[in-house]
Amino acid sequence: MVRSGRYTRLNVYLLILSVLQLNLHTVEGVWPLPQAFTSSTERYPLNPQAFYFGYGRQSAAQQGCSVLDSAFRRYFSLIFPDYTDGRLHFSQYKPFTVEVSIDHDDCEGYPNEDSSERYNLSVSAGQASLKAETVWGALRGLETFSQLVYQNDFAYYRTLLMLNFPRFQFRGILLDTSRHYLPVQAILKTLDAMAYSKFNVFHWHIVDDPSFPYQSSSFPDLSSKGAFHPMTHIYTQSDVRRVISHARLWGIRVLPEFDSPGHTTSWGKGQPGLLTPCYNGGTPSGTFGPVNPALPSTYQFMARLFKEVSSVFPDSYIHLGGDEVDFSCWKSNPDVRAFMQKMGFGSDFTKLEAFYMENIVNITSALNKTSIVWQDVFDYHERIPKDTVLHIWKGIPAKYQEELSRITKAGMRVLLAAPWYINHISYGQDWRNYYTVQPQNFSGTEEQKKLVIGGEVCMWGEYVDATNLSPRLWPRASAAAERLWSDEKQTSNVDKAFPRLQDFRCKLLRRGIQAEPLYVGHCKHEYQGV
Amino acid sequence: MVRSGRYTRLNVYLLILSVLQLNLHTVEGVWPLPQAFTSSTERYPLNPQAFYFGYGRQSAAQQGCSVLDSAFRRYFSLIFPDYTDGRLHFSQYKPFTVEVSIDHDDCEGYPNEDSSERYNLSVSAGQASLKAETVWGALRGLETFSQLVYQNDFAYYRTLLMLNFPRFQFRGILLDTSRHYLPVQAILKTLDAMAYSKFNVFHWHIVDDPSFPYQSSSFPDLSSKGAFHPMTHIYTQSDVRRVISHARLWGIRVLPEFDSPGHTTSWGKGQPGLLTPCYNGGTPSGTFGPVNPALPSTYQFMARLFKEVSSVFPDSYIHLGGDEVDFSCWKSNPDVRAFMQKMGFGSDFTKLEAFYMENIVNITSALNKTSIVWQDVFDYHERRSSLSVVEVWREGCYLCEVRRVAKAGLRVILASPWYLDLPGPTHNWARYYTVWPLAFKGTEEQKKLVIGGEVCMWGEYVDATNLSPRLWPRASAAAERLWSDEKQTSNVDKAFPRLQDFRCKLLRRGIQAEPLYVGHCKHEYQGV
Repeated sequence: MVRSGRYTRLNVYLLILSVLQLNLHTVEGVWPLPQAFTSSTERYPLNPQAFYFGYGRQSAAQQGCSVLDSAFRRYFSLIFPDYTDGRLHFSQYKPFTVEVSIDHDDCEGYPNEDSSERYNLSVSAGQASLKAETVWGALRGLETFSQLVYQNDFAYYRTLLMLNFPRFQFRGILLDTSRHYLPVQAILKTLDAMAYSKFNVFHWHIVDDPSFPYQSSSFPDLSSKGAFHPMTHIYTQSDVRRVISHARLWGIRVLPEFDSPGHTTSWGKGQPGLLTPCYNGGTPSGTFGPVNPALPSTYQFMARLFKEVSSVFPDSYIHLGGDEVDFSCWKSNPDVRAFMQKMGFGSDFTKLEAFYMENIVNITSALNKTSIVWQDVFDYHERIPKDTVLHIWKGIPAKYQEELSRITKAGMRVLLAAPWYINHISYGQDWRNYYTVQPQNFSGTEEQKKLVIGGEVCMWGEYVDATNLSPRLWPRASAAAERLWSDEKQTSNVDKAFPRLQDFRCKLLRRGIQAEPLYVGHCKHEYQGV
Repeated sequence: MVRSGRYTRLNVYLLILSVLQLNLHTVEGVWPLPQAFTSSTERYPLNPQAFYFGYGRQSAAQQGCSVLDSAFRRYFSLIFPDYTDGRLHFSQYKPFTVEVSIDHDDCEGYPNEDSSERYNLSVSAGQASLKAETVWGALRGLETFSQLVYQNDFAYYRTLLMLNFPRFQFRGILLDTSRHYLPVQAILKTLDAMAYSKFNVFHWHIVDDPSFPYQSSSFPDLSSKGAFHPMTHIYTQSDVRRVISHARLWGIRVLPEFDSPGHTTSWGKGQPGLLTPCYNGGTPSGTFGPVNPALPSTYQFMARLFKEVSSVFPDSYIHLGGDEVDFSCWKSNPDVRAFMQKMGFGSDFTKLEAFYMENIVNITSALNKTSIVWQDVFDYHERRSSLSVVEVWREGCYLCEVRRVAKAGLRVILASPWYLDLPGPTHNWARYYTVWPLAFKGTEEQKKLVIGGEVCMWGEYVDATNLSPRLWPRASAAAERLWSDEKQTSNVDKAFPRLQDFRCKLLRRGIQAEPLYVGHCKHEYQGV
C-alpha cells in the first residue's frame, strides 16, 4: 500500500508549519492530536436536519458498505447528541455534506496489521471531504470529524485541512476476563470508547488461572467445568462473534490470548491430564502445575484447540502467552524429569519451556497465524520464528529500554506494555506517567526502532470488573493513545496536553463513557448514569 | 432513653455465648456483624405472594407512619428482587409476617444524635418480630432482616434470635460536592448504600474553594457566581430538601459543613468584601485569602448565612470547618495586622483564627446548634470550653490527638484512618478494617467521648463517574468497625469472605461496588 507520495509529504510539512503558527486552536480539538492540520478561526453552524454523510463518486466503497453505513449512523448521533427527529427547525442553515472516498473496497473484511489508517480531511463551507485508502482510515477520519464539531447549545464547525496517520500500527488495550468475568456489554462499551481514542487492537486475555469463560465447541468441558459459572459466566460462540463484529465496525482487531503453559489452572478442570501433577517427595500431592510438556496428548489437545481458535478469531495474530512459568512443579514430577533426560535438557528447565513454546508456535504457524508471546519466551528461546512478536511487560523504564534494545537487535518485532499497566492506581495525576513514555527511546539503529510495532495498555483483572473498569481505564488510557498515535515532538509537553485531555474527558462523558476526572473541575454535561 | 436494662444485658451474654458456639453461620449473614444472635441451621422458604410487613398491636407507630410504610415497600423489593406481580405461584408456602413494634412514635421526625438504633429481632416459623425503641432502630432491624434472607433461586430464612445496637452513635460518610459537583441522583444512591452498611450520618461538605453549589435564598449570588455553573451545577433548596427527606427515610442525618475561614475562595465571587485582600508589599495583589476576620460585616454575613442553614438543615449538629487556614494573606494585610494590635494578639495569628472561630461557634450556639470543627481549631484554641465536638483528620498519631481532645473533655469524631479518596491497593479494605478507635490511654469516661468515626471521600479526583466503586465496599469495612463489637470483628481473614458476600449483595442491589479480589458474584454488575 502506498504510504506517502512526494506531494503528500510536502503537504505535511506545509501543514505542520501552519499548526505551529495556529496551535491555539488545538485545545478545542481532537484527541489524539492529528499529525498535521490547519483550521479557520471562524465557526459556522451545523444543522442536524440538513446534515448528510455520503460516498464520493470515485469511491471504491458505495452505499451498502456495512462498515461505513453503520459508522454514518453512529457518528450522526455522536455529532448531534440532543437531536430528536422533528424537534428543531433551522431552515435558515445551509446543508452540509461529509463526502467519504475510499481507494479499496474492504467493507466486508477485517482490519489487520497492514491496514492503512491514513486519511485526508478537508472541511470547507457546506461540505467536508474525507479521503482514505481503506474504510478503516475513513473510520479514523469520521472520529476526528466528530470531535472537531464544537458543541455548545448548537453544533459548529470550522473550515480545515488535515492529514492524519498513526505513528504506530498496533495500539492495543488488554482486558482480562478470567480474574473477573466481564459481561459482554462491558466489552462492547469498551470497544466504543477505544474507537474514540483511536485504539485499534482489543487484546482479549480471555482465560487464565482463575476461570476459563471461553466456551469451546471442541472442548465444552473447559468452560462448563473451568468457568466461574457454566451458564452465566461464559462467552458463548455467539458472544465472541458479537464482540468481533462490533469491533470490526469500529475498525478494531480482536487478538485472542490463550496463555500457556503457565496461567492454566482453570484449564485443568475440564481437561484432565493436561496439567502437570506436582509431587511431594515420591507421591503426587494432588495439586497441579503448568501444562504437562512431556506428553504427546498435550500437543494433540493444543493443536485442536488452536485450530478452533484460529477459525473463530479472524485476526492473523494470536497471543500465546508463555509468561511466568513456575518450574517447581515440573521439577517435582518424575515423568517430566525423565523426559528432560530423554531430550538431553539436563536440569535446565528453561529448555523445556522453550521446547514447549516452540511446539505451540509451530502449531499456530501451520494455521497461518503470527504469534505474539510475552517477553519471557525470548529469554528462554533459542529458535524462535522471525515473525514472532515479543510483548514487553516487565520493569521500570531503564529495564524495558534495555530489553527493547536487546530484542530488536536480534531482529525481532516488539510490542511495549510495561509502562502502561493501567490497573495499577495511585493518588494523583498518574496519567502524566502514561503520557511521557518514549517507546523508541532506547539504544539501537533506526531499523531497530522500526521493529517497535506499537504499544498496549493492560488492564489486569485482580481488582477490576465491570464495576470499576471504565473509570479506571478512561481517560488514563487515552494518554497512552496519544503517545501511540501522535507525533512525539508535538505532544511532548504534559502541561499543554492537560487542558486538551480534560476537554476530551468531557467529550467521553457526553458519549456516556464513565471516564473519571483528572483533577478538580467540571464538565458541562456531568456523568448521569447513576 | 433507656439504653439497657438488666434483663437485656443478661440476654446479650447468653446470646454471645451462643454465637461463639455457632459462628459458622456468620458467613452467610449480616454486614456489619450484629452484636449478638443465634440462629437455626435449617432453612425455610419464603413466598413473596404470602409475605407481609405489619405493625405490632402494642406499637406506638401504626400504619401511616411515613418512615416505616416506605421502608416496608423498599425492603420488599430488596428481599424479592426478581418478584414481578403474578408471575410466580407458590401456593404450597405458608404466609410469613414481619411484625414491627416501636416504643415511641417518631415517624415524622428526624434521627438525631440521641436516637436509639437498638432492636430485638426474633424469627420463628411463619413470622418475625422486630422490636425497637424508635423507628430508626426498626430501620436497622429491617436492613438486618433483609440481609438474613438467603437468596438462591428462591428466598429462604432461618429462625433466629438477635439483639443488636451500634458501638458508636456517629457513623458518617463525607461527600465533597465542591471539588466536583455530584448530581443529586449520585447523592441519593450513596444514601441508599449507606443504609445497607448502617451508616447514619451524611456529612455534606457542600462548599469549598473550587465551587459554591449551595443555592442560598439569603445570598443567591454565592452560587450564581461561585458555582461551576449557575444553573446546572447547583443544589437548589428543593434539591437539598430532597436529599434530607431521602436521608430521613433511611434514618440518616444530614450534617452540613460550611467550612471557614479557609477553603472559601468560591465564596468571594458572590460576596465581595468577605475575603481578605492579600497584599504584595504595600499594595493589594488582587488575590484573596481566608475570610476577613477583622470586619464586623463578616460576622453579620455569617450570622445571616448560618441562620438560613440552620433552618434548612434540621440536624442539631452543624460542621464549621476551621481547617488548614493559611496565615500568609492575613499577615500581608495591613488592616488585619492593625486589628491584631487592637485585640492584643501580638503576632500570634492562631489567636486570630481562634477569635474568628469562637465568633462563628457563638453564632451557631445561639441558633441551638452543636458545632463540629476540624482538629485544627482545637489545636489553636486556648479557651476550649466553647468547643463541643472535634473531628480528628490529620495523619500520624491520630490516637494521640483523640486522647488530647478527650482529655480536654470534648467529644471526638475520628476520620484520619478513613480517607477513602486514596485508592487501593495500598489503601485496601483491610487497612480500614484494622482501625482501633479506642486504643489510647484514657479513662472509661474519656473513651465514651469518642462518639464515632467518619469515612471521608474528598473530591479532587472523585466525581459521579468513580464515586461508587471507590466508596464501596471499602467504606463497609469502616462501617463494621463503627457498628460491631471489636473483639468479635478483629480478624481480617474471617471478615474477608463475609465482606465478599456483602459486596455481592451490594451488586445485587445495583450498587457499583468494586471487587475485593479475584472471583465472581452470582449477579455481576450489569449497569454498563
